[in-house]
Amino acid sequence: MFKNLAPPEYLATIDQVKCIRCKRCIQNCGWGVYSWGGDKVLINTSKCVKCLRCYHYCPEEAIQIVDNPTRFKQNAYWGYNNIRNIKRQAETGGIPLTGMGSDLPYTILFDNLLIDACQVTNPSIDPLREPMELRTYLGKKPSSVDVEKGKDGKLKLKTKMPPQIKIDLPVIFSPMSYGSISLNAQKVLAMAAKECGILMNTGEGGLHEDLLPYKDNIIVQVASGRFGVNPDYLNAGVAVEIKIGQGAKPGIGGHLPGEKIPLEVARARMIPVGTDALSPAPQHDIYSIEDLRQLIYAIKEATNYKPVSVKIAAVHNVAAIASGIVRAGADIVYLDGFRGGTGAAPSIIRDHLGIPIEYAIAAVDDRLRQEGIRNEASIVAAGGIRSSADAAKAIALGADSVAIATAALITMGCTTCGKCYTGNCSWGITTQRPELTARLDPEVYAERLINLIHAWEHELKEILGALGINAIESLRGNRERLRGVGLDAQTLDILGVKPAGR
Amino acid sequence: MFEINAAGVYYRDLNRQIRDAIAAGQKEIRVRNVNGQYYIGDGLRGNATIIIEGVPGNDMAAFMDGTTLIVKANAQDNISNTMNSGKVVIHGNAGDVLGYGMRGGKLHILGDVGYRVGIHMKGMKRQAPTIVVGGTAGDFFGEYMAGGVLILLGLNRKPGIPIVGDYLGTGMHGGAIYIRGDVDKNICGAEVGIMDPDAEDEKVLKESLTEFCKDLDLKLEDIMKEKFRKLVPVSLRPYGNLYAY
Amino acid sequence: MDHNYQKDISGCGLTGLISKKKRRLSGAEIVKSLCLMNDRGNGLGAGYAAYGIYPDFKDFYAFHIMFDEPSVRWTVEEYLKANYHIEKIEEIPTFPVKAISISPLLVRYFVKPLKERLVGEVQEADFVVNSVMKVNSEIEGAYIFSSGKNMGAFKGVGNPCDIAEFFRIEDYEGYIWTAHTRFPTNTPGWWGGAHPFTLLDWSIVHNGEISSYGINKRYLEMYGYKLTLLTDTEVAAYMLDLLIRRHGLSIPTACLALAAPFWKKIDDRDKDEREALTALRQTYGSALLNGPFSILFGHSKGLVGINDRIKLRPLVAAIKDDITYMASEESAIRAICPNPDTVWAPRAGEPVIVDLD
Repeated sequence: MFKNLAPPEYLATIDQVKCIRCKRCIQNCGWGVYSWGGDKVLINTSKCVKCLRCYHYCPEEAIQIVDNPTRFKQNAYWGYNNIRNIKRQAETGGIPLTGMGSDLPYTILFDNLLIDACQVTNPSIDPLREPMELRTYLGKKPSSVDVEKGKDGKLKLKTKMPPQIKIDLPVIFSPMSYGSISLNAQKVLAMAAKECGILMNTGEGGLHEDLLPYKDNIIVQVASGRFGVNPDYLNAGVAVEIKIGQGAKPGIGGHLPGEKIPLEVARARMIPVGTDALSPAPQHDIYSIEDLRQLIYAIKEATNYKPVSVKIAAVHNVAAIASGIVRAGADIVYLDGFRGGTGAAPSIIRDHLGIPIEYAIAAVDDRLRQEGIRNEASIVAAGGIRSSADAAKAIALGADSVAIATAALITMGCTTCGKCYTGNCSWGITTQRPELTARLDPEVYAERLINLIHAWEHELKEILGALGINAIESLRGNRERLRGVGLDAQTLDILGVKPAGR
Repeated sequence: MFEINAAGVYYRDLNRQIRDAIAAGQKEIRVRNVNGQYYIGDGLRGNATIIIEGVPGNDMAAFMDGTTLIVKANAQDNISNTMNSGKVVIHGNAGDVLGYGMRGGKLHILGDVGYRVGIHMKGMKRQAPTIVVGGTAGDFFGEYMAGGVLILLGLNRKPGIPIVGDYLGTGMHGGAIYIRGDVDKNICGAEVGIMDPDAEDEKVLKESLTEFCKDLDLKLEDIMKEKFRKLVPVSLRPYGNLYAY
Repeated sequence: MDHNYQKDISGCGLTGLISKKKRRLSGAEIVKSLCLMNDRGNGLGAGYAAYGIYPDFKDFYAFHIMFDEPSVRWTVEEYLKANYHIEKIEEIPTFPVKAISISPLLVRYFVKPLKERLVGEVQEADFVVNSVMKVNSEIEGAYIFSSGKNMGAFKGVGNPCDIAEFFRIEDYEGYIWTAHTRFPTNTPGWWGGAHPFTLLDWSIVHNGEISSYGINKRYLEMYGYKLTLLTDTEVAAYMLDLLIRRHGLSIPTACLALAAPFWKKIDDRDKDEREALTALRQTYGSALLNGPFSILFGHSKGLVGINDRIKLRPLVAAIKDDITYMASEESAIRAICPNPDTVWAPRAGEPVIVDLD
């Protein structure tokens, strides 16, 4: 009888004068906010998550979703979420789940770093008319190569290079599994990856046959649940990724709720329909770093030595861990920061465990250099990359490439409502309900995602031009071209960045 | 029969020799003097049979797809990791985390096994894996099990040694575990229900154990003398109430 | 790896020449060439490097060391005595010049590492490099600014003519010369900051600011180099040492790493060359010198001139008989060689490589 003592967060309202009773809002809402009352649309506003699907599809602009002015009493210490979560826990005894990356107001280091530009002593470069190179190769590099000049005067490589993955710009898509997102959403990612010359990542949910045409732009993932992993799968993509952890939920496992496991997803994962798909926190064949090495090489043996990426959450000891991963034989170290997104995570974990990606990049890049093994693996940085500026800053701190997920989903209609774990996404992204996933036309939305990547590509070139460099490798790890604003000395020291004005 | 001498050969070279032999059409391969080489049979495909003399290293038969491996000794950890199809027969004991995420095929072990055996096993209709353990097993047997069949026989057990460790079938949400003899509810994970096998189960047991006995030269009648108990998940969603939406 | 450094920024002019036949030429020539480009500097730094100037001590490393205080000299000499056989010590001859009122104490040592100090796999050259790094980064007020065999650098704060007069450059005879006039925009007044910059037999003069400095520095630090000078020139010198001496790349190949061709050009090559150039760029991405530069680098066997891959800094070359000239401006060559056989402007990123016969 005391259910829902928290007032609804949003008020869905319909202007009854403007409303033409077309019922589009009822069809479009995946959450069941609207229903037909015989002569008008009825509203159950407690179900509203402010995803704005109804707003966009209302032909009369009759709908407004407003933040509920009735809130708990303002309190600078006891925030809305604190009170609401306690009430929910009192009602259910459960762990409040959430989707997306953490939205708490911790300091955002990216917003306290500014990029340099050339004036007089070195020239900026016109990126539109002069060459500007973003091409990046991910993979292990030797520390030196042996090149010989043949009798014909032509160069010939004598060193056997480890396998390299070519990407046209250092922005790739983060892993999101079939199950956590819809097949159509995966198709959007795959099509855009192919068109832009970058990569998408299957996440841990198998590789649907519809994605096979895009396999040259796909990384396949192996995680603790081992969903969809077979020899064809391992050999399908350009690399295999071992997932140890995720920035949004470091140290805890994945948990795809049964609502998102219809027959097709169950078949891909080889688990019962409607069960919760469990990816436990540890991979039970990795309890130590030598076990990681064992799995890396098991995969290499099974794939005739494809590159192996190891994805970890950014945690306090990330530098030492990354060093171990590189020494264990990984070709790529994928770092996922505190702000990284998720389809489902306990909010207590998401909001309180891990460290932001900026620190992790700096610490890992420094450590690998100190140990003289920075060339042994590429660093992919993810976890809250919101713009090409964030990408440029991450690369200047030392990443080879960044990976994005939330930004890509936003191009598909996502408004970061954070309810991915319910399986009701009205935009057809984080749902498996066929009537909802059908809305996400892969061709249409791939174009939007391609537009985003091309726009970032242009922006990155503009940034390089302003910096007076015409190749991305001259930005990579070039912290001299960053300055901190309002950061304390110790933070600057960790980032290896000078304060603005110096 | 094609023979390979593994004495002192590093795993990468040994496995390359095996792959080359299979590519050249060899159907029966005997590998002598194996001792600790990792990844034997890793990712191998096709219906060749490989007989291994000596103790093979970790991660044997990982991702394997169709091949048969027969080990004439004890074996180590991580056998049949994410194996897709084929068969592994071990004429001895084996270590921890066997058949992790196994998706199909058979793993037959004559002796005892360690911790976390048969965890995360998958299954979808006919594509389902089977593990039969002749001896005893450690804790977390069948953890997170989502499909397939696990059979534990407890043969030749010394008095006082339990057939299986604690947390049996914890997190189980699919598949079936058969234990020869009775099972104490106390050692089972919260997600597990215990029942008597029905006629359909007897069929599954008989079929699996006939092959097991044939592979390891045992008598089916001896094994079937004792009653089996069957463990199944009580709920498809054991954690349905864990979270507040 | 301290990031709280202040990078040195300067513009400049450079010139150099080499006699393939190893004819030893008086320093007067190079001084005349450099002084013509006086306006490219601002009087706050100039210097010269010459090869073949110490034929009597050609088997010894010639350490040119500057001391801010005479007292530091003893600390350094104690260190040298513990590690090197010292054949000769002498103050570098200098002559009073009106415009140069203050100068550090300048001493040269002809030395050879003590055999017993070369333990294990340590190569003699690595040992010397480590000594230079150690003195320059750890002994306050002492700076080894030249450490090659049968070669030497002479440099300081002043304009090209005054520095030449101060060191009596015309009294030295060498078969390779490089020279530099400087336009620093910050931290002027330190003699060590002038060019040429040298390490072992490498000597570098450089024009332009390398925009990729930050990553080039961190890349070199990974290989144990200590960048104390904070100039692009230092980066270029260590990079050559790493690529050519330690990684064994040929000079043309090293140039392909420092001024890599664009991907578009690499992709157009046939398979073998494409593979080789791709691997070079993949491996040496952090060694790419990006931004405007032209560089002359001398070494015991020749002289190389190279500029950046989109030609943001000038370089002109000329040949007359057995002598090749390279300079920022053609007029600097014409000043000492009015009628060369050929004159040309090297293309972006394409090195001019001259080896001694």
